[in-house]
Amino acid sequence: MVAAVAMIAFFAPEDADQGLSQKIFYFHVPIALTAYACFGWGAWKALLHLWKRRPGADLESYVAVHQGVIFGALTLVTGSIWAKISWGVWWAWSSNQLVLFLVLFLFYAAYFMLRFSVEPGPRRANLSAVYALFGVALIPVSFLAIRLANDFIHPTVFTSHGPQMSGRMFATFCVSWAAMLLLVGTLYHVELAGKRLDSRLRELRELLA
Amino acid sequence: MTAAEKYVAAAYLVVFATVLAYVLIISLKLVRLEREVAELTELARARLAPEAAPVG
Repeated sequence: MVAAVAMIAFFAPEDADQGLSQKIFYFHVPIALTAYACFGWGAWKALLHLWKRRPGADLESYVAVHQGVIFGALTLVTGSIWAKISWGVWWAWSSNQLVLFLVLFLFYAAYFMLRFSVEPGPRRANLSAVYALFGVALIPVSFLAIRLANDFIHPTVFTSHGPQMSGRMFATFCVSWAAMLLLVGTLYHVELAGKRLDSRLRELRELLA
Repeated sequence: MTAAEKYVAAAYLVVFATVLAYVLIISLKLVRLEREVAELTELARARLAPEAAPVG
């Protein structure tokens, strides 16, 4: 993460069009892609729960969706700040990319309402898994929306011709994304370990009671 | 400080503050879990103590 921040500050050149504000790109896009990865990972774990009945897959799916929602919220906030500098507004309802990402975020935010409205047990695990699996369908829609629709507000950096940026910018972007994936991976394992420990301690307390 | 600099700094601060808050919440949870482990260890010791007491 330190290397990423250093590269953003000192290595990546300033964008000729947007100037300094373009530096938000190096955090905003990796955070958004990491949020997609978290939702995808959560859906994969949900599938494993429903298909293989793998123990612990439900908890892993829940933690992944939790991380995805945190990173999704950060995507919306950093994107909104960037929009204010570039477009002069905090939000543009006319942009399909923005609206679809908001829909995806709200969909997964509602996951917690569903999960905690059902008593703990197999029913809750199954319902949560089905919901997480449905949500994953929104990821390609959200990701491809900008390419399918003629969205002139939100810029398209990654096209079929490759990344539309200089080599130094792309290297900085890759390091930032790797840092973000490392961060989310670490947070995922720490949160998961905490949740597993919590549930085992509860079992132990019941045994000793 | 220009307006662009302020906005860029704000965007990075939001990310930093969120990660910091998350780590803080997790660390508080770990402190609670550590306390629970200590309580359960004491409870288990108290349970096992009469059984392990020497005969005679």
